[in-house]
Amino acid sequence: MTDTNTTAMEQSFWNEKKGIFSWIFTLDHKRIALLYLYAITAFFLVGMTLGFLMRLELIAPGQTIMEATTYNKVFTFHGVIMIFLVIIPSIPAVFGNFMLPIMLGTDDVALPRLNLFSWWLYIIGASMALLTLVYGPGSADTGWTFYAPYSVNTDTNVTLLLFAAFVLGFSSILTGLNFIVTIHRLRAPKMTWFKMPLFAWSLYATAWIQLLATPIVGITLLMVIAERTFGIGLFDPALGGDPVLYQHLFWIYSHPVVYVMILPAMGIISEILPTAAQRTIFGYKAIAISSMAIAFLGYFVWGHHMFTSGMSGEARVVFSFVTYLVAIPTAIKVFNWVATLYKGSIHMTPNLLWSTSFIFNFMIGGLTGLILGALSVDVHVHDTAYVVAHFHYTMFGGTIFVFFGAMHYWFPKIFGRMYNKRLSYISLTLTFIGFNVTYMAMLIVGGQGMPRRYYDYLPEFTTLNQISTVGSWVLVIGILMMIYNLVRSAKKGEIATANPWNGVTLEWQIPSPPPLHNFVKAPILSDKGPYDFSILDQVNRENLEN
Amino acid sequence: MAHYEIPNSGLKRDDEGKKMGMWLFLFTEVLLFGGLFLVYAMYRFQYFDEFKIVAEHMDITLGAINTVILIASSLTVAMSITAMKKGLDNVAVLLIIITIFLALSFMVNKYFEWSNHIHHGLFPGFEAFNNLEKGEGMFLFLYYFMTGLHGLHVVVGAVLLAIVIKRIMLGRITSENIVFQENAGLYWHLVDLIWIYLFPLFYLLH
Ligand code: HEM
Ligand SMILES: [Cu+2]
Repeated sequence: MTDTNTTAMEQSFWNEKKGIFSWIFTLDHKRIALLYLYAITAFFLVGMTLGFLMRLELIAPGQTIMEATTYNKVFTFHGVIMIFLVIIPSIPAVFGNFMLPIMLGTDDVALPRLNLFSWWLYIIGASMALLTLVYGPGSADTGWTFYAPYSVNTDTNVTLLLFAAFVLGFSSILTGLNFIVTIHRLRAPKMTWFKMPLFAWSLYATAWIQLLATPIVGITLLMVIAERTFGIGLFDPALGGDPVLYQHLFWIYSHPVVYVMILPAMGIISEILPTAAQRTIFGYKAIAISSMAIAFLGYFVWGHHMFTSGMSGEARVVFSFVTYLVAIPTAIKVFNWVATLYKGSIHMTPNLLWSTSFIFNFMIGGLTGLILGALSVDVHVHDTAYVVAHFHYTMFGGTIFVFFGAMHYWFPKIFGRMYNKRLSYISLTLTFIGFNVTYMAMLIVGGQGMPRRYYDYLPEFTTLNQISTVGSWVLVIGILMMIYNLVRSAKKGEIATANPWNGVTLEWQIPSPPPLHNFVKAPILSDKGPYDFSILDQVNRENLEN
Repeated sequence: MAHYEIPNSGLKRDDEGKKMGMWLFLFTEVLLFGGLFLVYAMYRFQYFDEFKIVAEHMDITLGAINTVILIASSLTVAMSITAMKKGLDNVAVLLIIITIFLALSFMVNKYFEWSNHIHHGLFPGFEAFNNLEKGEGMFLFLYYFMTGLHGLHVVVGAVLLAIVIKRIMLGRITSENIVFQENAGLYWHLVDLIWIYLFPLFYLLH
């Protein structure tokens, strides 16, 4: 957090202005990104604690540390925090905000004031969600999916929580909107679409999903609020409504939104791997276009969440088929990543290991997803711990692992200091092992028939649940160790150079931490695209001159 | 060393970018109402007869007057933008004032319409409403919800237009720097457009 490494001419953005107001009313995309980072980290810790407590409850059959109703509230709040407050904003709002303008060679997003407004919406929405814990008739117990008619009838504080989700949705829409305009308007003069870094491409695809899917869930949640307030049966069958319609409207958003969660993560992997292997990405265009293909296909698969809720046989077959199609662009990416590493001169770094852990976890997440997409199987494993393990493998083992990996990749750029690498390897190992023990056990016990959202289970499931709970302890220790390492190093770590990993994208061509307007001289853009390592020497020479 | 000017700076004025942002935002608005249109379509299909019975009792005259009002207001907004581009500040302000006046009369009309229904007890919670068939109540509730949300948009649009007037007075919108007014105008057209769909759905389809 010093500007030792920044040129004397331009101060680092950390030191440009001081005081709390220079942060919470800042228009600087880097500071807004950090505001998100701090808030998201705090919420992640809350969500993690809730997850930890749920696992503790499941250490033995019967009631151990909480009642059934409490368990319902805990998994609801865990889900809401992790989905709406952590994972949806995570990579776009933190690393997108920080890195996108830099990677495009500019000094801010296209609409800086809107960007600040999005952050405020996020904070307002988050406060409303937290308020449901202490204010009103007790926190919601519907699960994060708010299925009608229960969400209409329960007397817990669903209304406020729904409104919070609505506000958070608009925050997400406006961030996406901002990125689309930024990418269209602010690319560096010689940077054509197919010379953009792949992270920018993934943010672009993501932004369109945020924009086109979120309003639907927004209005749906408003309808549930109206239904609760006026007692009209929009979705409640007792009053003439159709609960399956709710599910359609909910998943029309909530399936596409899983790509809001995963696409930016895939984009970051496409940044880290070329740098680690010191060679250009394999299949640039295929990766860029597959992002758009995933975003597009993702609109037509929502029905796979409803195979058991009452749909015609034809509709189910179509949804199942399209779900399979999503696997194609996803596999294209995985093969291209592996091909990028193949015969590269790989430099072992913590961020590379996080990325390969991601590929491992995500492969399990993706393949279990295919199994769930198969109609006949899904009927059996629907609403079991198998599903819970599947989505933790994709969202947690996928996106959150990449979030941590990105933290280790861009940390020296953001904070101007390097973390303790030995400690980071240890914490990664613990997290990886803990994660896989926790969720592999849940995957198996789910396959054996243990339902999700229960605080109790049959005695024959005890061993696997205990293994899973012990795994969650290792997992939590690993994560806490990682956070300790990063927080400590932000203040006390060794001073980092401008380009510690020998990358060539634009963020490695500016000082660490960046000055307020990012660029003190024109960046070097290769004609051969963003990952042309023949310019590395020139980049490093220019960095020395700063 | 000379200070490096970023050619593609995000801090420079970019009217194209702002307009693009507005268009994208309008997409989200269309989708917001799109969800409601979908629900309307579903229940119209399910409760065909009930929808028909209630729709026959809607006041077509009031609805038609409101349609004319909104279309006229779209015209005055468009004219105000042209006037502003030609440097006729006063004409532009006058036209926007007319627009806001039209918006207000729209809302007054709506007020009379709603209070007439409520007077007859046709609002959730009242005896008469509760005695309706399920589909009839659904129609009325969708009517309140969709026109209510639309009314909210009318109010927001009118506030935006009031801000345009203030900015013209302060000289912050000029014939050279007009993007805020254009965006407010775009928003106003959207408000108009949505009504063009609401009107037949609730008043004309029997
Ligand atoms: C940090 C360690 C974590 C642990 C120990 C954990 C554990 C759990 C457990 C035990 C459940 C409930 C299973 C059931 O009874 O149905 C659950 C549900 C869930 N978790 Fe996690 N989790 C963790 C992190 C995450 C992360 C990072 C995410 C997403 C980014 C996430 C998203 C969810 C969601 C969406 C649910 C479903 C809630 C519902 O059923 O409504 N979790 N988690
Ligand atoms: Cu899905």
